[in-house]
Amino acid sequence: MSVETAAASAYLVAALLFILALAGLSRHETAKSGNLFGIAGMVVALVATVALAIDRNIQGVGLGLMVAAVVVGAAIGLQRARVVQMTGMPELIALLHSFVGLAAVLVGWNGYLGVERDLNGGEAQALRSAQTLGIHHAEVFIGVFIGAVTFTGSIVAYLKLSARINSKPLVLPGKNYLNLGALVLFAALTIWFCISPQLWLIIAVTLVALLLGVHLVASIGGGDMPVVVSMLNSYSGWAAAASGFLLENDLLIITGALVGSSGAYLSYIMCKAMNRSFVSVIGGGFGIEAGPAADKDYGEHREMSAEQVAEVLESARSVVITPGYGMAVAQAQYGVAELTRSLRDRGVEVRFGIHPVAGRLPGHMNVLLAEAKVPYDIVLEMDEINDDLADTDVVLVIGANDTVNPAAADDPTSPIAGMPVLRVWEAGQVIIFKRSMASGYAGVQNPLFFRENSAMLFGDAKDRVQDILSALPSPVGQR
Amino acid sequence: MIIGVVRESAPGETRVAATPSTVEQLVKLGYDVVVESGAGARASFADEQYVASGAAIGDALGTDIVLGVNAPTKSELNLLRDGTTLIAILQPMFKPEMVEALAKRPITALAMDAVPRISRAQSLDVLSSMANIAGYRAVIEAANVFGRFFTGQITAAGKVPPAKVLVAGVGVAGLAAIGAAGSLGAIVRATDPRPEVAEQVKSLGGEYLSVEAADVEVSATGYAKEMSDDYNTRAAALYAEQCHEVDILITTALIPGRPAPTLITSEMVASMRPGSVIVDMAAANGGNVEGTVPGQAVVTDNGVTILGYTDLPGRLPTQASQLYGTNLVNLLKLMTPEKDGKLVLDFDDVVQRSITVVRHGESTWPPPPVQVTSATPATARPAATQAPEAAKPVSALRRLEPLRRHALVPVVGALLFLLAAFAPREILGHLTVFSLAIVIGYYVIGNVHHALHTPLMSVTNAISGIIVVGALLQIGHGNAGITAVATAAILLASINVFGGFAVTRRMLAMFSRS
Repeated sequence: MSVETAAASAYLVAALLFILALAGLSRHETAKSGNLFGIAGMVVALVATVALAIDRNIQGVGLGLMVAAVVVGAAIGLQRARVVQMTGMPELIALLHSFVGLAAVLVGWNGYLGVERDLNGGEAQALRSAQTLGIHHAEVFIGVFIGAVTFTGSIVAYLKLSARINSKPLVLPGKNYLNLGALVLFAALTIWFCISPQLWLIIAVTLVALLLGVHLVASIGGGDMPVVVSMLNSYSGWAAAASGFLLENDLLIITGALVGSSGAYLSYIMCKAMNRSFVSVIGGGFGIEAGPAADKDYGEHREMSAEQVAEVLESARSVVITPGYGMAVAQAQYGVAELTRSLRDRGVEVRFGIHPVAGRLPGHMNVLLAEAKVPYDIVLEMDEINDDLADTDVVLVIGANDTVNPAAADDPTSPIAGMPVLRVWEAGQVIIFKRSMASGYAGVQNPLFFRENSAMLFGDAKDRVQDILSALPSPVGQR
Repeated sequence: MIIGVVRESAPGETRVAATPSTVEQLVKLGYDVVVESGAGARASFADEQYVASGAAIGDALGTDIVLGVNAPTKSELNLLRDGTTLIAILQPMFKPEMVEALAKRPITALAMDAVPRISRAQSLDVLSSMANIAGYRAVIEAANVFGRFFTGQITAAGKVPPAKVLVAGVGVAGLAAIGAAGSLGAIVRATDPRPEVAEQVKSLGGEYLSVEAADVEVSATGYAKEMSDDYNTRAAALYAEQCHEVDILITTALIPGRPAPTLITSEMVASMRPGSVIVDMAAANGGNVEGTVPGQAVVTDNGVTILGYTDLPGRLPTQASQLYGTNLVNLLKLMTPEKDGKLVLDFDDVVQRSITVVRHGESTWPPPPVQVTSATPATARPAATQAPEAAKPVSALRRLEPLRRHALVPVVGALLFLLAAFAPREILGHLTVFSLAIVIGYYVIGNVHHALHTPLMSVTNAISGIIVVGALLQIGHGNAGITAVATAAILLASINVFGGFAVTRRMLAMFSRS
């Protein structure tokens, strides 16, 4: 057994561990062991790779740099993971995606530096004799391209999510042609590079891809970010797979393809949940139709005070809370969790209804509620709770808007028409926590606010929840 | 424009069309308000209070917009200025002669009791607001006459059984009565031909007694329809049975434009226990109970009191005036789009069209019928008829889909074959691995729990840091440039790997079951 075959076997084990990790993450009961499988797979892969590198006569300096880079990277990564706020999770994940993208670009460039720059060098000669030199050219190109798109796309997503740039969709004239043109240019450059691998070509493709990445994500509105993050996750996988082809490394190919296809499928689920076309998401072309709806007179909304809401909640038998991004922004999850506990102590049935695209990340709300120690078995998905809403006494809409908009169900002219929504309006009473009467991310007015069983509670969600808590009298049997 | 608030001339009318607080709102809409002296006296609103809210005291009939509770008398009608707008409870559906009289004057007349039952118009629906008060007051009147507690008690002096209340007809008044009787501690039951009100009854703590019948229906106007004979026999049986048991009976059954149906016969009344009380809220329209005298309380031979008061809302004059006044403010808000004190009558608006009885001296009564959109079963039917049409394109798509999917498989298969066939042997192995991994990725994620999307994403993110392997293999093989770039790549990918797993761990630790 040589080191090479040992490493290949280790890679196989690592790949299987990664599959187990993803499978484990699909259920609560196995999620933690899934994460452990992932860590184990990564350890196996790294040990095998380092052994392989030593076997291939890595220089002492290289080994030192390698260890230093891993240690520094690990320190930064662990530090970030420890301090990140759960509300800031979307930004962190987007940023991490950009690292994968950039790493893929660097690996691709290294492929170029190692082979194409010196076409008479040893590496190139070896490839030529194996008749795969042309394929290597293409692999370098594709790897750099996907990596660069992922890199800048993730950076833009990160900037949008952390509100450093405006999250409105950028609409350039002929945006679809710009995207298409970039792809055509990429294809042309690839063919050229395969025929004659020159330095300026790879620089050009890197620039094209960087710009394409910016444009793809910039033209998507903030409200659609869950899909974008999931899509970038998929892209980062494909970037890794492309590097695997370049380096003829099956582990990279398997892992990249796993991440790529699972991410793509996850994005597809999200798209279905928002009634968006999957193809137009990948093409970065959606969000354009979400223009502001025509001004329509919906009548008047009613207001309620926190004290009144407390009274309503106290006398209710069943309450459903539907949180949205507003809860994350206001950091209201702890107050909401305390309210939930307090109501449950009084015998009120409290459940949560989560829309698949609530928040800025798939499952964002679940993470926030879990952070605040809301038991996960009362946190239900839209489809699980929708039919129960008609029998619910009170629904609290906390910082959600488009996901509870009845226009999606009854107004075919609405920009969000056909999007599945939480049918909160069927409940006895709907109380909406909101800062103002402004419209949601889709820019659509919400007729829910004007329904006769709706009432608005204006202000910062966190403060208002505290007000309600202090207005609730102590439950019977407690002081 | 100037709004006039008249003193009601009808005998026994205690309400007034504006209160000091609604006057304030009218002033905010840009109007000047003149209140007739003593208009609010019977509703406990003094002239000074009106003045303090910004109104003047003076002649209310000669103004641009005249607000009243009841229809004007002949002499009042003649005092109205030409071109004025009169808003009151005119009852055009019951009093055609009133419509005629109004149309003889060059005025515009709006009937507050003709507001259609649509969601948007709820805030001006005076029938609702008055019915709410009447329902509450009916219970209070009954309690006043009833010789016992409503609530059951166990006291040192013995056990007191709770009163049993039956409410016939669960409209707004019925619901208000159920709520009021329930909060006094009585056992409340209710009947109504519309089964969907069962939930509303339950929500107020009452018990819904259903009359089993085949043809329960709701009319397109949102009110109950006259029921078939079969239904009526069954209902009569139910009432006969209940009359033996209940102490208080409140009837609210009204059918628009018709005399009230007789629900309780004199035999049923005779079967009730002495001391029982019946409140017939439909007395003004003929009554639901045999033996009701409108406007009076009568005691039957067997000691049952039948209250036929027709002025139940007026018995709470302050509250009734406040709610009616707010209904009027809401109407004027609707008709004053610019908030500049200029009244605009928009005939394209279904609400304004429906309440207009006379426009510029021309009779516009009756208005075209309005389909109620908010009542549940009334909409369920049109929705059901629409559904098959809407479903058609969907099902057509469905049929297309397997076709397209079947066509797609050979196309993709052929493309893959070509790609693989022309690829060199070395790459073929990688392609195989690649394709199979894609399929596994798809299936592994297939039924992921929704709540785990974020942890899943962060773990796949950590795993995609596997790209570090590529950089590890490139570093340190003589070329300084490559080593430098690879070092950077390792650094970035390591952040990803360690950060991703750590953050997933942190998140998963938070999920807990109750």
